[in-house]
Amino acid sequence: MSKLQLVLPSLAVIAVLLTVWWLAVVLTGSAIFPTPWQVVTGTLELAREGTLWDDIGASLMRVATGFLLAVSIAVPLGLWMGWVKGAFSTLNPLFQMLRPISPIAWIPIAILWFGVGNESPIFLIFISSVFPMVVQTTAGVHTIERRYLRAAENFGVSRYTLFRRVIIPAVLPQIIVGMRIGLGVAWLVVVAAEMIALRSGLGYLIIDSRNAGNRYDLVIGGMVIIGIIGLSLDGMMRLLEGLRTVRWRYAH
Amino acid sequence: MPTKIAVKDLRKGFPTEQGHLPVIDDVSFEVADGEFVAIVGPSGCGKSTLLNVIAGFDPPDRGSVTVDGSLATGPSSKRILMPQQGSVFPWLTVQQNLMFGLNGHAPGNREQIADHYAAIVGLKGFEMSYPHELSGGMLKRAELARALVVKPEVLYMDEPFSALDALMSLRMRKELLRILAEERHTVVLVTHDVEEAIHLADRILVLSARPTRIQMSFEVPFAHPRTLSSPAAQGLKEAVLRELGV
Repeated sequence: MSKLQLVLPSLAVIAVLLTVWWLAVVLTGSAIFPTPWQVVTGTLELAREGTLWDDIGASLMRVATGFLLAVSIAVPLGLWMGWVKGAFSTLNPLFQMLRPISPIAWIPIAILWFGVGNESPIFLIFISSVFPMVVQTTAGVHTIERRYLRAAENFGVSRYTLFRRVIIPAVLPQIIVGMRIGLGVAWLVVVAAEMIALRSGLGYLIIDSRNAGNRYDLVIGGMVIIGIIGLSLDGMMRLLEGLRTVRWRYAH
Repeated sequence: MPTKIAVKDLRKGFPTEQGHLPVIDDVSFEVADGEFVAIVGPSGCGKSTLLNVIAGFDPPDRGSVTVDGSLATGPSSKRILMPQQGSVFPWLTVQQNLMFGLNGHAPGNREQIADHYAAIVGLKGFEMSYPHELSGGMLKRAELARALVVKPEVLYMDEPFSALDALMSLRMRKELLRILAEERHTVVLVTHDVEEAIHLADRILVLSARPTRIQMSFEVPFAHPRTLSSPAAQGLKEAVLRELGV
């Protein structure tokens, strides 16, 4: 099947939804809920003024900072916990308990500790993405097949070679899965965090559009942009899955 | 020939929910330097367990393994085990796999040595391929080449060719014999294929059902290249099969 044939059904569904939406607004004569076209014009207006780009940039900056911070902590920590039994049995119960706490629940504490600047959402993104990445990396180490570890042991290689040539590449596919999950959660959380404490970002755009005169065209415009950016971020992570050194894991 | 490997009074079992499960029951044998010994036995009799203990990956419950007169308690790069499912790293190219065990060589040299062995096993042109891009037979070649690269004194082979089709299996046996004629190794081969054992080995040890012990030992007095259809070879095959209860 060609690529066009694959995307055609989903495009058709979106077109139907847009039509239903448009008809519903026109038939009910709603004064507040916008038509799809009003969403487009409202968003274009914001883009022309430049505030849209500022908000997108602010959100992306926060996600990038918090996410990269989380990667730099989670990957070494996950490798350590996967390799050293004592580290796993000590830290895993704590992480399993912290993991199900919604990042939203951390918002009051984040404001208390970091105020209402950039640090709060960065902290929240860090908190939300670090746990899934630790868990995935640790699981990745635990699922390395014994025959590979035995082969490495058989050849009597140094610890450095063992890590560089066996452990890290064996876990890399799982790390990438963890990064995909982590970045997805991070993008969810940044929008939520910006709705509460901040004066910039896509979350702020949405809540501010509602508060400042019921501009629901911009509320929906913001939501659509969040969706599109989230999809592109996931697409970028999926590119990593195409690397030659990890394809063995996804090929089957 | 001096003794290379001496296995003495080896016992090994595993704890299960039903209690202790004895797998190896008092196995002793010796392998001479440069000798090719095949161990055959019914499936599930503990052949792989025995090889893992001899190679130093699992400690025996009792008994000992000595190599060149000194106790071997762990694995060593002088004695490479080729496990049944294979252990070529799927995340490294063929060349990187072959260079894996090469320590203490200059970087340029390592590639040269790796490519040399890739050529010996017939993988020339596939140095940059990843294992999942290779066929089953080529994977076995890579496995063998990676073991040969470090110039081991002993090769422990666990059903190396049993996953291949009959034709490829026969071809790999012939290649193994060709390589062994050039580079002398002591080999312990575990297999369920009696014909393979007769084709390759100097001596065949027949294991009993679990808990296993050595039931019988056969010399294979034929010179290489061997003709498996000869009456003598067929007679030996029937004798071994009789020991296996077939």
